[in-house]
Amino acid sequence: MQFMLLFSRQGKLRLQKWYVPLSDKEKKKITRELVQTVLARKPKMCSFLEWRDLKIVYKRYASLYFCCAIEDQDNELITLEIIHRYVELLDKYFGSVCELDIIFNFEKAYFILDEFLLGGEAQETSKKNVLKAIEQADLLQEVRHNYFL
Amino acid sequence: MLVVFPVVFLVLVHFPPSTFVNLGLQASDSPPDHTPTFPECLSLFGHSHWAALPQSTKHLHSNSQCPSGLVLISGWVLSAGKSKEAEIKRINKELANIRSKFKGDKALDGYSKKKYVCKLLFIFLLGHDIDFGHMEAVNLLSSNKYTEKQIGYLFISVLVNSNSELIRLINNAIKNDLASRNPTFMCLALHCIANVGSREMAEAFAGEIPRILVAGDTMDSVKQSAALCLLRLYKTSPDLVLMGEWTSRVVHLLNDQHMGVVTAAISLITCLSQKNPDEFKTCVSLAVSRLSRIVSSASTDLQDYTYYFVPAPWLSCKLLRLLQCYPPPEDGAVKGRLVECLETILNKAQEPPKSKKVQHSNAKNAILFEAISLIIHYDSEPNLLVRACNQLGQFLQHRETNLRYLALESMCTLASSEFSHEAVKTHIETVINALKTERDVSVRQRAADLLYAMCDRSNAKQIVAEMLSYLETADYSIREEMVLKVAILAEKYAVDYSWYVDTILNLIRIAGDYVSEEVWYRVIQIVINRDDVQGYAAKTVFEALQAPACHENMVKVGGYILGEFGNLIAGDPRSSPLVQFNLLHSKFHLCSVPTRALLLSAYIKFINLFPETKATIQEVLRCDSQIRNSDVELQQRAVEYLKLSSIASTDVLATVLEEMPPFPERESSILAKLKKKKGPGAVSVSDLDEGKRDGGGELNGAGERGPESSVVSTPSPSADLLGLRSAPPVGSAAQGAGSLLVDVFSEAGPLAPASGVNDDGFLRFVCKNNGVLFENQLLQIGIKSEYRQNLGRMYLFYGNKTSVQFVNFTSTVSVALISFITKPVDPLVEGGAQLQQVLNIECLSDFSDAPLLNIRFRYGGALQNLTLKLPLTINKFFQPTEMGSQDFFQRWKQLSLPQQEAQKIFKANHSMDKEVLKAKLLGLGMALLENVDPNPENFVCAGVVQTKAQQVGCLLRLEPNIQAQMYRLTLRSSKDTVSKRLCDLLAEQF
Repeated sequence: MQFMLLFSRQGKLRLQKWYVPLSDKEKKKITRELVQTVLARKPKMCSFLEWRDLKIVYKRYASLYFCCAIEDQDNELITLEIIHRYVELLDKYFGSVCELDIIFNFEKAYFILDEFLLGGEAQETSKKNVLKAIEQADLLQEVRHNYFL
Repeated sequence: MLVVFPVVFLVLVHFPPSTFVNLGLQASDSPPDHTPTFPECLSLFGHSHWAALPQSTKHLHSNSQCPSGLVLISGWVLSAGKSKEAEIKRINKELANIRSKFKGDKALDGYSKKKYVCKLLFIFLLGHDIDFGHMEAVNLLSSNKYTEKQIGYLFISVLVNSNSELIRLINNAIKNDLASRNPTFMCLALHCIANVGSREMAEAFAGEIPRILVAGDTMDSVKQSAALCLLRLYKTSPDLVLMGEWTSRVVHLLNDQHMGVVTAAISLITCLSQKNPDEFKTCVSLAVSRLSRIVSSASTDLQDYTYYFVPAPWLSCKLLRLLQCYPPPEDGAVKGRLVECLETILNKAQEPPKSKKVQHSNAKNAILFEAISLIIHYDSEPNLLVRACNQLGQFLQHRETNLRYLALESMCTLASSEFSHEAVKTHIETVINALKTERDVSVRQRAADLLYAMCDRSNAKQIVAEMLSYLETADYSIREEMVLKVAILAEKYAVDYSWYVDTILNLIRIAGDYVSEEVWYRVIQIVINRDDVQGYAAKTVFEALQAPACHENMVKVGGYILGEFGNLIAGDPRSSPLVQFNLLHSKFHLCSVPTRALLLSAYIKFINLFPETKATIQEVLRCDSQIRNSDVELQQRAVEYLKLSSIASTDVLATVLEEMPPFPERESSILAKLKKKKGPGAVSVSDLDEGKRDGGGELNGAGERGPESSVVSTPSPSADLLGLRSAPPVGSAAQGAGSLLVDVFSEAGPLAPASGVNDDGFLRFVCKNNGVLFENQLLQIGIKSEYRQNLGRMYLFYGNKTSVQFVNFTSTVSVALISFITKPVDPLVEGGAQLQQVLNIECLSDFSDAPLLNIRFRYGGALQNLTLKLPLTINKFFQPTEMGSQDFFQRWKQLSLPQQEAQKIFKANHSMDKEVLKAKLLGLGMALLENVDPNPENFVCAGVVQTKAQQVGCLLRLEPNIQAQMYRLTLRSSKDTVSKRLCDLLAEQF
């Protein structure tokens, strides 16, 4: 996988993960183009499209689009399920995840992703194991601050 | 709590309501694909606007470990964010605040540091640029509090900066964490390396990570991270990741008890196997037995690795993918076991689903498609291939668009196998139907691709007809490609050429705008080369031109063909010479300049073909709109053709305007264009197999050409025909008879402009740094230069050879990937004096085109303008690398991708003396390695190109053949452009 983007129906980028070295300018350009392309697609269309020399796999969950760019040799359907498994992980961790969770707990969304995918490849596909790793890390928090007071 | 609600409320008001909607895992099986408007989307999930609120607040409490400031600023940002300006103002205020905290006298504690670094990250992720805080993030890395460290690493991963000072500090922190033996810290450090993946990190850690990966006491989770971390480093810097002694232990990770470790390690093994198949070939039997165990396991055996009743789908796909790096196993038992697995997978596809959920069928079919890819890759089991084809045939009519798309895609590759080509063809009606009825353009595109792939002589007419009729309504985005495909199929399977001509003219009629030059050039090439079709072509194009509105491309083809072969239909009074001319000329005024130029050439050809039209045509040429046309090209043609027709004798005219000689047979330029469009390999599959299947019998060059005739050897297609754009008309109208024309028009011949780029001196400097770059009667330019790493300094000496001063002397350098610091030179150069200019050079990234040096000055009132290629080539930034034979060959093997290598075989132009060659190679800047190549006559060198952006390792091998006076030069480097450029440069040196 070359990169993964999460963006809202309004085209706001919520999470970006790049597995290939690109300049900021290129990243912005790619994001702009892809968000436009994907948002322009109609609901019943297929979840895959060719874009430049990559294959784009995307899926919409409520207000959020999850969009992965994979290479020619990669498997589209299994990528679709990578997206789904990631959503499941977020959902389990946050308990009925919504877009706001990802906005405000963006660091958690990144940590979960790093446990699940690394370098663009599935690292650990067991839901239990990924969440265990994240929870262990949470336990390492020395003090629980109540930031709201 | 009192504070919380207002804050959240602020947030709530300004986020679109949908942000509160849960992502719908529980709500429905396949999450609804459309939630068009706000009220609907909420009701879909059974939440009201307010019902969603407590849920969100819950998260903000219970799980939010990020500092409260975040919520506050984002609330403010978005509440103020009615306008973009207000948001930016608010952000800037926040940034100023953070900056002052970081700069303040009071040292910040870890917690505050983390808070502000986290805020910066948040601001960055909102889409604003962040240019500070890196140092504070690096400080967090060495905190012993986990969350502080974690935020530090996240900041580095997201906002990595190639600031080398910082990289050293980051690497230091990573080193400490890797050595900590605390698995959580180790994983964080490994994730950071995998996320950044820079060359500096590869240099620092590529040696250490394999050890962590295979060590017996490493925790599973660390192994997983280490494997993928190494994969990332290998992808960016393959020359630095050397598996060597670890190879077999890495392969044996496929046997690991822990499924997660296997899942991670197999990605690494696959990537390494692609590059070094021999060293990793033991993985095949291990992969087969692992696969077999998974495939035959019950859906519950693998516990949490079972996904919607499918056992280990990710691992299965990866195993099947790994096997595609190798040919079918030679060992009969292993092969038998594998065939059994593949059969089981195909069988499972026929079983009733264990769940109605789309995840179940996706996971199951992902494995099925990967298995089919493997079957196609082996291309040796007719039984499996046909079964695969039947399975895909079922998917062609599946209700899931995704499956139809993938089935079409996968069938495209099946069509190129001789075992399954016929089976694929049986689905032609379904595919044609898909082309007509699919609602998604990307699916239609796949259908068109498949039709192209399954086309052969038996169905060509049907497929071409369908594609043509589809073209009338096709989406603009795919028209050009469709046109190319139709043109290629029509040419390739033409049984008789009248059908071919009809098809192409239809193509121009239906989609004229998308018919590129290559397509109409090609039809003309073919008509010229086949005399049996010329009469028909002339008649058809004459008829096509009768249409009141015809496309300009049609006029071009018509003009050319009637100009050459109009005589073949001139017997019919309905298409007498004058009728033909009038028809063509009626289109003249509607056409663009290049077409008009072509028509003028057709007219002069008419004068030769039909002397009776001479008076009419001369009159046309003589009228002011031609002979005084404001376009130079048209005017020149009109003048010259008029003159030619009036002064040249009929014999000269007949020789000059003779029928075009046949074009040499070569690869269709259209095919070359399609290949270029789709990238290498995209068309070649069906193309190469074609010859095999049809056993020759092609009617034209496309099938007869040898594999060597590549695009490179073909002159640009635009030079093929009338050469409308550049060449002077005399030469183009009469190839092969140009010398005669020069006599006729000796005073009218255009003078070559003197302002071209002078690159004579350039090549002499590839292997040396000092010398005279340029000299003429006025000026001598000398160069002295020195280079270190990616920096260089070049002294330019401008010598005035005359006794008169040069005034307004300027010299400027055009820059691409190099940065120059240069001082303007003194505008006066006294007679006999010498002026010096210093260029300080920094190479930012690898480059191919030399910078241009432009010099202007006035000498005795006349402006002198001179452009030279500055002798600055990529090899100047070489750092020599000494290495032994074993190292050399290991690296050589690692750089074995076709694009990493550039090779040329060429004739010696200079002395082949060994010492001379050595001196040149040393001048090149690489290390000349002794005792590496087994053949002592050969030379091998190694070096690293230093640029600011990256370092590119290069290996060179030069094999002289004294008897043949030839060389073979091979370059391999991690960057294709570098190999290619060096090879081009060096081929001129020996």
